[in-house]
Amino acid sequence: MRPAEPRHGIVLEQLRKCYGPVEAVAGIDLVVTPGETVALLGPNGAGKSTTIDLLLGLATPDGGAVTVFGQPPARAVAEGRVAGMLQTGQLIDHLTVRELVALAASLYPHPRPLGEVLEVTGAAAFADQRTTKLSGGQAQRVRFALALVADAALLVLDEPTVALDVEARRDFWAAMRRVARGGTTVLFATHYLEEADAYADRIVLMAHGRILADGPATDIKARVGGRRIRATLDAVPLDELRRLPGVSGAERHGDAVALTCADSDLALRALLAAYPAARDLEVRGAGLEEAFFELVAEDDRTASGAPKATAHR
Amino acid sequence: MTAAYLHAELRRTFRNRRFLFFSLGFPLVLFLTVAGANRSRSIEGIAFPLYYLAGMVSWGALIAVISSGSRISAERQLGWVRQLRTTPLRTRTYFASKILAGYLLALLTIAVLDLAGTGLGVRLDARQWATMTLLLLVGLVPFAVLGILLGHLLKPDSLGPAVGGTTSLLALLSGAWGPLSTGHAFVEATKALPSYWLVQSGRVAFGGSGWPPAEAWLVIGAWTLVLGRLAVLAYRRDTARVA
Ligand SMILES: Nc1ncnc2c1ncn2[C@@H]1O[C@H](COP(=O)(O)OP(=O)(O)OP(=O)(O)O)[C@@H](O)[C@H]1O
Ligand SMILES: [Mg+2]
Repeated sequence: MRPAEPRHGIVLEQLRKCYGPVEAVAGIDLVVTPGETVALLGPNGAGKSTTIDLLLGLATPDGGAVTVFGQPPARAVAEGRVAGMLQTGQLIDHLTVRELVALAASLYPHPRPLGEVLEVTGAAAFADQRTTKLSGGQAQRVRFALALVADAALLVLDEPTVALDVEARRDFWAAMRRVARGGTTVLFATHYLEEADAYADRIVLMAHGRILADGPATDIKARVGGRRIRATLDAVPLDELRRLPGVSGAERHGDAVALTCADSDLALRALLAAYPAARDLEVRGAGLEEAFFELVAEDDRTASGAPKATAHR
Repeated sequence: MTAAYLHAELRRTFRNRRFLFFSLGFPLVLFLTVAGANRSRSIEGIAFPLYYLAGMVSWGALIAVISSGSRISAERQLGWVRQLRTTPLRTRTYFASKILAGYLLALLTIAVLDLAGTGLGVRLDARQWATMTLLLLVGLVPFAVLGILLGHLLKPDSLGPAVGGTTSLLALLSGAWGPLSTGHAFVEATKALPSYWLVQSGRVAFGGSGWPPAEAWLVIGAWTLVLGRLAVLAYRRDTARVA
């Protein structure tokens, strides 16, 4: 899966950025192959936007290096190979939506057709309205249009679906799918696990400026290893359950118990052998959400403890 | 790309009615009130409306070009400048669009005031009008650069008072609102201000104190270079920061 020619993609090497005492990006390594769709997932303050700033040349690294298609970010931006939708930013006034998107198009060497972009982003419906007379979600669609019209080889989006309603969100991802299918490399930051899971080929999980996990969603779930067993079983102390082979944790919800398992096959056999009364058995993989919280919580513990764990991939 | 950006910038400037109203209206009202009330007086042997027109024109044009700085500041605040930095738009095109809009607004201000002056009986021949206008445009260069500098140093909320204060002080010191009757040395010192020569450029056309080319060019050139250097530094510092 790793790229044969990383030169052609995006390469971050030991990338660092500090703001005073805060290490916003603490030495990350990341390679994105052309055509990939990568989600940058992480809690508030993880360093997602800072990574994006470095990638777009809006911030200069304090250490390490970043190249975009083999070039420094500023060059790639100047050549129109990159387009970005930043987390914050409003639209300039005294122009209509159409005029503004046309203006953005004029900045790039081979923009996408204006009509198509307005259509795809849903901005066509209010294309002749002034940019200052838009709802939050409409403005967000316009900001997406500004990035999309570039038809750049790399599209970087920082929390693109914030402020969008359910329908707009669906439209947005439909548009993104089309773009990705056309060969565009996409990197987007998000807090939404479902979005990362559903739309990215690969998830890069960040916290505290470091990469905690990097791989397809299924890999990340697997890293936390666990599956969960639920069963209706009363009057058994949780401590006893925790001592069963293959079980790493146990919780009680009324009559039911939930077991977190390192090895669910082993645990299930042991459970049935020890407590034949267990009913309503249910075994399922830990969700991405659980994996996410598990990894971040794990990192919180190591971050507050003495030696920092090395970022793994 | 350049043409499209310039076009959009001009369109935005001239669609901003409130902005146009105040930048054109204020010098106009001031001129009509003061010059109207003193129609028959004269200063330094020049009819008051003509004398005052030259000062008002330079002050109005000064406000017009420096206002491009407020627009830069506002666009930085919006995050638009950051957004532009993710596009191939060249910085100089962005600055050029601001300066061009400022200059067009200055020309409009000059034209409106000239018309008002004509209404109050000011008579100059075509050559004099042309000389006055051209020299004004040259004298405005350091202020266009100052606008860009301030636009990068200040936030919109502090920029309003800063620009208002600076332009008023410069206008006062440079005699745009009337001759200074303070000590000789002080008046000499104000000749090191680019605004002094800006005001003089308005008067040279009808034989005011004149514009000795060497000194005027020197002052204007030096201020442009220094302010330009500072503006570049401010711009660079801005790049390194997350707005
Ligand atoms: N301009 C700045 N000055 C000082 N600290 C900053 C600056 N920008 C970011 N930081 C700090 O760097 C860290 C990472 O911030 P960043 O914006 O990259 O996080 P993020 O992952 O994008 O978070 P969010 O999900 O909230 O957008 C945070 O601790 C933040 O406080
Ligand atoms: Mg962010």
